[in-house]
Order: sequence, then structure tokens, then C-alpha cells
Amino acid sequence: MFLQQMINGITVGGSYALIALGYTMVYGILKIVNFAHGDVFMMGSFFGLFCMQVWEMPYYMAFPMAAVATAIMGIVMERIAYRPIRTADSLTVMISALGVSTFLENLAMLLWGTGTHAFSNFSGITISTYKFDNIVLSNIQIGFIVLSLLLMIILYFIVNKTKIGVAMRATSHNIKTAKLMGINTDRIIAFTFGIGSALACVAGLLVGIYYDAVYPLIGYSYGLKAFAAAVLGGIGSIPGAMLGGFVMGIVETLGASYISNGYRDAFAFAILIIVLIFRPAGILGKKEIDKV
Amino acid sequence: MNRKIQQFVFANKKVVLPVTVLILLGLPFVVTNSYFLHICIMVCIYICLALSLNLVTGYAGQLVLGHAAFYGIGAYTGALLMLNMHINFLAALVISAFITGLFGFLLGMPALRLRGDYLAIVTLGFGEIVRLVFVNWKTLTRGPAGLPGIPSPQVFGFTISGRTEFYYLALILTIFTVFFMIKLINSGVGMAMQTVKNDEIAAEAIGIKPRKYKIMAFVISAAFAGMIGCFFASYISYISPTAFVYNTSMTILTMVVLGGLSSIMGSILGATLLIIVPEILRFLNDYRMLIFGALTVFMMIFKPEGFWGTGKRRRNIYKINSEVPSRESNS
Repeated sequence: MFLQQMINGITVGGSYALIALGYTMVYGILKIVNFAHGDVFMMGSFFGLFCMQVWEMPYYMAFPMAAVATAIMGIVMERIAYRPIRTADSLTVMISALGVSTFLENLAMLLWGTGTHAFSNFSGITISTYKFDNIVLSNIQIGFIVLSLLLMIILYFIVNKTKIGVAMRATSHNIKTAKLMGINTDRIIAFTFGIGSALACVAGLLVGIYYDAVYPLIGYSYGLKAFAAAVLGGIGSIPGAMLGGFVMGIVETLGASYISNGYRDAFAFAILIIVLIFRPAGILGKKEIDKV
Repeated sequence: MNRKIQQFVFANKKVVLPVTVLILLGLPFVVTNSYFLHICIMVCIYICLALSLNLVTGYAGQLVLGHAAFYGIGAYTGALLMLNMHINFLAALVISAFITGLFGFLLGMPALRLRGDYLAIVTLGFGEIVRLVFVNWKTLTRGPAGLPGIPSPQVFGFTISGRTEFYYLALILTIFTVFFMIKLINSGVGMAMQTVKNDEIAAEAIGIKPRKYKIMAFVISAAFAGMIGCFFASYISYISPTAFVYNTSMTILTMVVLGGLSSIMGSILGATLLIIVPEILRFLNDYRMLIFGALTVFMMIFKPEGFWGTGKRRRNIYKINSEVPSRESNS
């Protein structure tokens, strides 16, 4: 029972981690919370469903297709709604993000209706389960965990080993200095939004296939919890977002199965508040010191 | 143009104020449409909510993303008091303000250790937890089914039932809130809050305790939200957890920022517009919220500092016809 719930928690945590990475990367560079990110996740899921349903693509084609489409959407979103007010107060940007969020939710409702859509008829994945002792694992679950870990490793490689990753880190350290060093910061920011959106899209597809459901307001609860996961790990830190995502998934699943299912989301936020009281900058976050 | 309107209003304060009050008082005589009066009452409710959030976010500088939780706590407290214990409306109003204030104190405690976005997510989490308690504590709140049949308020033996009467009650509460906030902001306490917002270390150096004023802002803000929540419960006579969700918190925050942070007029304007504009956009049917979302984005790009806000000192003490300083020169 316990091990089973741990594995379920890790599965859910993988999706939180993937979404949280988008929040944390954008925050690391621009110091803004992109509140529309949960809806980017939702749109990604719908794009994937669209590819499978209308264009009848197999799932391994639909994933990259949808990821690219969502990345483009993320870049366009940054260009229209965030770039003109980049120097303004962070609250201004937050309200703009909320506007984008309302826009995307209602766009999805107009395009696909308010109902719940199932993936199982179109994804072409047949579910098979494996039993080890008393733990049940499905192939979807294994694929979920493997794919999310793989993407995190790829992201870690991009950020730490490639030229564009160096530029990203430089931009997040100090945007002005990075500009002076000849980095095209606008392009780096667009690239960050693109990567974050693509990751959110994959998370959206994985969640959609795992729960066999996607609906226009799904981004709300996933977005909030992934944001909480990013803060839990220390916002701005990439390993922090991954760790935070998994911790949040595990705590939530264990709380829901052992204590009360109705308070599932409350456990996620309670653990966040408790951790922040003891470590005000998150688990892996750096504490900022006030300079006089 | 905006600045000219501001200057005009401040220059002709003695004329503008009574005229506004007269218009507001005479409104129910001119328009008898009950739908329109309902919108006016909602505007009043949201003005109070926006003003109370503005105190803690605009003036004390603590970003709160869970203001609807206080609104909800006030509504549920008031409703339960009136339904189960048959307490008079005015007493329920005071008690729910007091209890919500206690919750504000509770949320203010972590605010002492956290800052900026970390505080924001804690308040957001608080809002979600409160909503989940409303949904799950079925013995008390009846869960998602909500609480129906909340009695109409009785003020000094006079039962308030019609839309017009509710409008006047809402107006009285709003005017009370507006004047309380203006007095508070211009008092020593309000000045101290703004000092804490601008520079905590400097505030401490001149003997202002940041802890005390942050907590105070949280408590007062929560109490006002709770008070208006109690009024809302009594007005609408049925409450359910769906009225106090994350979206409500975000709407209130949007009102504050769109109107202009740290500005009483801004919050009033923001609340009025954000209630009225979606109603005007009703002819767009399904496209309504889509357009509204896009409008929010364009509004923020067009006026990043909000309609009425300069975020800076407005009062021209030395009577010099100076330009309002822009954000750039001050940062």
C-alpha cells in the first residue's frame, strides 16, 4: 500500500515538476510569476489531443508536434503580453498574466467546449499492467515517470552544458550585464518561454493520458500546485523545481490516501506553508540578504 | 488627460464630493431597474473588497493572493450566526469582522518571515485551504450544497428586503469603508505602513516596528473583507464555496492594480469598471470573457501604473504646479 502510493505520488509529482520548471525558469530570469502557465499546460494537452483526434497521429508523433505548437504559443504570449511591460512593476506583469490566463481558458472553451475530453479513444495506447508482489504498475505510469525524468535530464544538460544554457544562466544572474556581454537577452527570454511551454505541454499530455481526461479549467489546479512546488523547492532554482514537484506529488498522494481524499489539495498547500515557515526561501533556494 | 481629471477633482473637491454623494443617493429614484441596482450593489461590495486589499497590498506592500478567503470567512460566519443562532444583522456584521480579523492575524504571522512571492504563494495556499474547508466540512457548511435561506438584515427593527433598501445599506457600508481607509492612510499608522513598504530597514531605524504594522494591515484588511462578506451573505441569501474561489481573489487584485496601487480613488474606479465592463460586454455572448482577458492585457500595456495610481505622493503640499513623477525617476 505504502510503496504503491509512493509510486503514484512520484507519477503525479513528475507532472508537477515539469510544469514547475516553466515557472521557475521564467522567474529565474524575469522575476515574474507567469500565472498563465497552468493554462499553457492545458492548451498543450488540447493540442496533443487535436493532433491525435483530427490528424490521427500516433502518440509518438503527437507529442513533439504539440510541444512545438505550445512552445510557439508561449513565445507569442511573451512577445505580446509580457515584453512591452517588462520594466514595469511585477504586479503589473502578474495582472497581464491573469488576463492571458482568462483569454486562454475561454479560447479553449470556445474551441473545444466546456466538457471533459477522453484520450483513450485516440491515443492508440493499450493499457497493460504489471504486478510485482502487491504493487501494480501500468505501462502508462512507467512511460510517465521515464519520460518526465528523461526531459529533466535533457533540460539539465541544456542549461549546464550548451552555449545557450550558459547564456540563460548569465541572463538570470544579471540581465543588464548579460546584455553588455553581447547576449541577445530578448532571444534568451523567448527561448526560456518556449522551453517552459514545451515542458508544460508534455506534462499536459501525460496527465491527460494518465487520467484519461482534459478540460479547459484543468490548468487551474495543476498550475497552482506546480507553482507551489516551484516555491517549495526554491523558486528560480531548476533542481529545486524538480525536487519540489516530486515532494508535492508524494505528500499529496499519501495525505489523500491515508487521511482524507477531500483535502487532497490542502495537503499540498499545507506542506508548502510548513516548509516556508522553517525555510523561508524554499528547500534549495538561496536566502536573500537585505543590503542597506 | 488622466492627470487633468485628477487635478480637476482635487481642485474642486468641495463641489465634486457633494455632487457625487447626491448622485449616489438619488440613483434608485432615477433607475428602478432591479438588475441595474444589483450591479450597483455588487460594485459597492467589490469597492470595499478592493479597498481592503489595497490597504495590505498597496499601502503595506504585502502581496495577498487569497483575499477571497477572508470574504468567504466573513460570509460563512455571518450566515451561520444568523441562521443557527438568530443573531441580529448588525451584531453578526461586527462579529464576523472580528473573527475574520483573527484569521487575518493568523495569516499575518508568516508574513513576518516571508517576503514577496513567497508570501504571495502562502496567501494563495491559505485561500485554497479555506475553500477546501468550506467544501469538506459538511456538518457545518453543508459542503458544495451551500447555505440557503440566510435571513434579510434587520437594522433597528426595520427589515431590509428590497433592492433599493439593500443599495442604501451597501452605500452606507462603502462610504464607511472609504472614509475609514482615507483617515487610516493619512494617519500616523498609515504613514508607518507606507514607510515599512518602502524600506523596512529604514523604518526600523526610525523606530517603526515593521511587525506591528504588517500585522495591523493584515488584521484591518481581513476585518473589512469579513464585514462585507457578511453583508453579501445576507444580501444574496444563499452562499456556496464557489463564490470564494481563487478567481475572486484574482479579480479583486486586478481591480486594485488596474485602478492603481496605493490609491483610494484607483480602487474605487477599478472595482466599478471591473464589475460594469463584463456586464456591458454581455452582447458578445461566448466571446465575452475572451475579450475581457485581452482587454486586461492591453490595459496593463497601455497604462502599467493603473488608471488613477501614480503610486507616489499626490498631494501638492507646496502648491507648485509640478508634474507627477514617473516611476522611472524614482526607482
